[in-house]
Amino acid sequence: MSTGTVSPSRTRAEIEQSTLRTDRYWVAPLVTFIVFLAFIAYATFRAFQNEYYYASPYVSPFYSPCISTNCTPMPGAGEVHFIGSWWKLSPALLILVFPLGFRMTCYYYRKAYYRAFWQSPPACAVAEPHGKYTGETRFPLIFQNAHRYFFIAASLFNVILTWDAILGFRNTDGQWGHMGLGTLVLLANATLLWLYTASCHSCRHIMGGRLKHFSKHPVRYRAWTVVSRLNTRHMQLAWASLFGVALTDLYVWLVASNVFSDPKFF
Amino acid sequence: MSYKAKFKVWRGDAGEGSLEDYGVEVNEGEVVLDIIHRLQATQAPDMAVRWNCKAGKCGSCSAEVNGVPRLMCMTRMSTFTEDETITVTPLRTFPVIRDLVTDVSFNYTKAREVASFEPPAELKPGDYRMAQVDVERSQEFRKCIECFLCQNTCHAVRDHEDNKDHFAGPRFLMRVAELDMHPLDTRERRNEAQEDHGLGFCNITKCCTEVCPEHIKITDNALIPMKERVADRKYDPLVWLGNKIARRK
Amino acid sequence: MSTDTLTYEYDVVVIGAGGAGLRAAIEARAQGRSVAIICKSLFGKAHTVMAEGGAAAAMGNVNANDNWQVHFRDTMRGGKFLNNPRMAELHAKEAPDRVWELEEWGALFDRTKDGKISQRNFGGHEYPRLAHVGDRTGLELIRTLQQAVVSFQQKDFREHGDYEARIKVFAEHTITRLLLDGDRIAGAFGYRREDGQFVLFKAPAVVLATGGIGKSYKVTSNSWEYTGDGHALALLAGATLINMECIQFHPTGMVWPPSVKGILVTESVRGDGGVLRNSEGKRFMFGYVPDVFRKQYAETEEEADRWYTDPDHNRRPPELLPRDEVARSINSEVKAGRGTPHGGVFLDIASRLPAEEVRRRLPSMYHQFKELADVDITAEPMEVGPTCHYVMGGVEVDPDTAASSVLGLFAAGEVAGGMHGSNRLGGNSLSDLLVFGRRAGLGAADYIARLEQDRPEVQDADVDAARTEALAPLEFEAGENPYTVHSELQQTMNDLVGIIRREHEVAAAIEKLGEFRERREKLSAPGSRTFNPGWHLALDLRNMLLVSDCVAKAALERQESRGGHTREDYPVMSATWRKVNLVCSLDEQGRAKLEHKPVPTIRHDLLELFEVSELRKYMTEEELAGLPGMEPADEAVEVAAVEDEVVEAEAEAVEAEAAEVETVEAEAAEAEEPEAEAVEAEEAAEAEAEEPEESEAQSEAESEDAPEAEVSETAEIPAQAEADATESVADVSAADGEEGAK
Repeated sequence: MSTGTVSPSRTRAEIEQSTLRTDRYWVAPLVTFIVFLAFIAYATFRAFQNEYYYASPYVSPFYSPCISTNCTPMPGAGEVHFIGSWWKLSPALLILVFPLGFRMTCYYYRKAYYRAFWQSPPACAVAEPHGKYTGETRFPLIFQNAHRYFFIAASLFNVILTWDAILGFRNTDGQWGHMGLGTLVLLANATLLWLYTASCHSCRHIMGGRLKHFSKHPVRYRAWTVVSRLNTRHMQLAWASLFGVALTDLYVWLVASNVFSDPKFF
Repeated sequence: MSYKAKFKVWRGDAGEGSLEDYGVEVNEGEVVLDIIHRLQATQAPDMAVRWNCKAGKCGSCSAEVNGVPRLMCMTRMSTFTEDETITVTPLRTFPVIRDLVTDVSFNYTKAREVASFEPPAELKPGDYRMAQVDVERSQEFRKCIECFLCQNTCHAVRDHEDNKDHFAGPRFLMRVAELDMHPLDTRERRNEAQEDHGLGFCNITKCCTEVCPEHIKITDNALIPMKERVADRKYDPLVWLGNKIARRK
Repeated sequence: MSTDTLTYEYDVVVIGAGGAGLRAAIEARAQGRSVAIICKSLFGKAHTVMAEGGAAAAMGNVNANDNWQVHFRDTMRGGKFLNNPRMAELHAKEAPDRVWELEEWGALFDRTKDGKISQRNFGGHEYPRLAHVGDRTGLELIRTLQQAVVSFQQKDFREHGDYEARIKVFAEHTITRLLLDGDRIAGAFGYRREDGQFVLFKAPAVVLATGGIGKSYKVTSNSWEYTGDGHALALLAGATLINMECIQFHPTGMVWPPSVKGILVTESVRGDGGVLRNSEGKRFMFGYVPDVFRKQYAETEEEADRWYTDPDHNRRPPELLPRDEVARSINSEVKAGRGTPHGGVFLDIASRLPAEEVRRRLPSMYHQFKELADVDITAEPMEVGPTCHYVMGGVEVDPDTAASSVLGLFAAGEVAGGMHGSNRLGGNSLSDLLVFGRRAGLGAADYIARLEQDRPEVQDADVDAARTEALAPLEFEAGENPYTVHSELQQTMNDLVGIIRREHEVAAAIEKLGEFRERREKLSAPGSRTFNPGWHLALDLRNMLLVSDCVAKAALERQESRGGHTREDYPVMSATWRKVNLVCSLDEQGRAKLEHKPVPTIRHDLLELFEVSELRKYMTEEELAGLPGMEPADEAVEVAAVEDEVVEAEAEAVEAEAAEVETVEAEAAEAEEPEAEAVEAEEAAEAEAEEPEESEAQSEAESEDAPEAEVSETAEIPAQAEADATESVADVSAADGEEGAK
């Protein structure tokens, strides 16, 4: 070829098959699809269920903080009923939009669901079944650019869930200095959420990515370095924390519904 | 230790052509390009293939091997089983010239549209001072050998020819990021990235990173940081307000 | 004239889009000339990308003692004084400016602690001198120049609304003939690769920047483009080539496995601690230090090993001798039956440094061999041997303007001769490209300015002849396959005019070349003109045969061994042959003929940069007459009379030289910098030694793919998955290292 001197009538090579890949490229999107769907189903059910979300001293991450007055009394745990009593549905629905938004706009999840749900593309070098593509240039996908705000919201939630885990060091009567298996579950959940949130691309940008000269900001450079390191594991952390939240909720459900009794260490 | 491998190679020009079957000898330690050369020397002297260094440094021998965009010189035959049929086709996103050679002028057109490096006007050659930590991000992107596998793989143009007009492709969005992160570049590039080069078309599905033979983290280190920088400029009222106040001072 | 030829008009046509060609084009364009860049492959793929080590320029960033005089001295020593001294001088003086201006165009070299361009040690260079970017300096250079061309195009777009108004790249075009008007260049004729369309460039000035001739050899690091096109075009236009017998065989090319055969193992591997061993495990280089170099190189393994950490108080390891010495030593070992099973020797870095350190310092070496051939250089020694790498000889040019003996024809880069003498130092080629590329562009622009309205005209008959010549292989039926002739030529040159030459072998080669020439006239290339590699090879063969003829004849003529020319029957340097340039041109039958011309004399002020005792190793007594310090000491006279590099009075001379070198350096340092920055520089040097520093900056996403995807690949492509696995094990530290090394 040469720049500009070529006959313009050229076309792409005619190849019938939409892909010639011989590996099982569809496994990854399929697994993603099934797991995400399962999570959505579970989370929707639990969010609407509106019971078995508090097993003193443990609160399910789906229901913390509680910002309406219609939830089970959860002494100490995020009871900031600032929206008052008019809300009649499950209180979970009020707050889940934030963690959901964080994950929906997350750069890793975007890749995962664009591939698995929207097949845009299903896998690399596999044709996508859409006639038109505008990417994230217009409504509604242009709102993916709001990821940074969800990052801030998610960080606030992490503080609350960390406090919830600390409250787990009480017994059922609210006395401090105790611990059960649930405490560990809540702690693990909070840790994974922190790691997932801290490894976020927006976080990386805010910490130092937006700088032109690292050398003039040694502290932020160091922070960026740490986040960058975590960021390489963002996908793994996204999955781990997703399972973490679901399993923590399940644990609280099982304990709250007396299917399982929380083993107390001391 | 040599064996006879089954190859299917796309032969044709002006778009029309078909996969043709070849049986060809393969020896230990060889790569797909070696086999194509053997076909050229023994069975099909006019088989067109583009190549140069045969060492993964020039990025000329891009093609699709079993449907996966790859450099032929970097695809070892030992990654296939002996009874597997190996299919080699030209890059699908660009018009074909002949056989495995495509017209990649799209990329050179896009390269020309990215505004060049703009150093501070008063800086004299020899007086450039940059810290190693400040050049490292851009240095990663300058490892690019311009094989255009990322451009070929990106579904935004691979599956949508009409997007070629307003989308520069991963390689050249990375070039914008490289310049934006260059410690001495003075140009404001964030608007251009979004408006002129189509950064918004990227939906970060990471195929560019997956096929990069230089293992450049195109998506994580160039495109996403660039998207965040664009968000600073275009979509973040807080940053906008902050800048306004800071400028007042 | 045939109508099926596209015709273009330009002021300057630059043939070749590697470093030299692009630099020439930029300069000609900067001087206001319209420029066509002819590129045999795609734009930005030229062989320059393969250069790894760096660009030598005496900037003195790491060691402030460095200056152009020291660089000049190193270059002359490396070239064994066969260099054109004016070229070596211009090169040493201008290289820093050429490197600095790359930064203006966006190049990002590795940095020192104080933010300047970092410089590294390299064989034959007295101080750390090579500006570099990890081990991909050539890529950085060509990309930077490519982008500088683009920035000119953007400027033209703003002014004329057309990117290609004044500088245009003709990618995948090949020139087959230069066209003359009388004794002046009038244009160039060639074809477009993709469809065989013939093209004619009318231009009063042509710059040759086509690189080398490696494809005439079987084992070579060069790509298919390196068929000596520029050398042949120059010969056919009536220009002359000099010293074509001087060909550099890189000492360490991979000889095994076959998928990487010929690929270079950069000298940095040795600079960073890699050692050469024979099949008996002996570190054999200590036995091959020539007397000229004895005082600069370590004599024991202990001292050599200390040098890596303390270069100020120890002499360098003999693995870092100039390339020809290393190549010759390896050849001797192999000939003596102490080679590896595949005819090389072992280059061992695996047992010398921890795997992680190797990956950090030599990231692309590591990845290249891992990916191309599944060879892990951190785990096993490499099998290396000499591979044809670079031709020092080339078009005879005027040092200041790069003009050849034909009016309007210029040459720069590898295709030009003289700069490197009989042997090129590593790192000097990238700076050569820049310095003489610019001078060629300037030379061409000045030449055109002098022409004014008197522009030469292309003759129709010449175009028709060129066209007929180009079509011959397509029209001739039932002729020989060009691939066969090519592979026989490569075998002949490799076996008979290779690294070590013998009179009867070279004579036999000349005879065979005569046969090839006859066979070449009857080649056929089946197929059409559309991207037909067989046809292209048939055309390139003419060039390879012409050039090989020059190489073989010059190799037979020069009865001495010097740098890239080693004669088994004349194993030593001769001071009388040093004065001779072998000039090759074509006779009426189109065969190579040789003439002896004197090597330009070295100016006194430049000669005085050397110790007389050193000059005596190279020069005759008459040449040295009148130099200060030429007291004809009794032993010295005797020594100088011998045409041999063995010097008896070495010990005395060593002391004397050491003393003077020190004073010269001190003076030079002061002259260079108003305040001697010696201390600062030393700190920088230390910083450099510690480099690559621990930089965790870019430990970015290594495994960004979903784990399932990897699983799926495992099922279908086991080895790929294995490679992936290895990488994820190598993990963070590897990625860190890779970035840190930069």
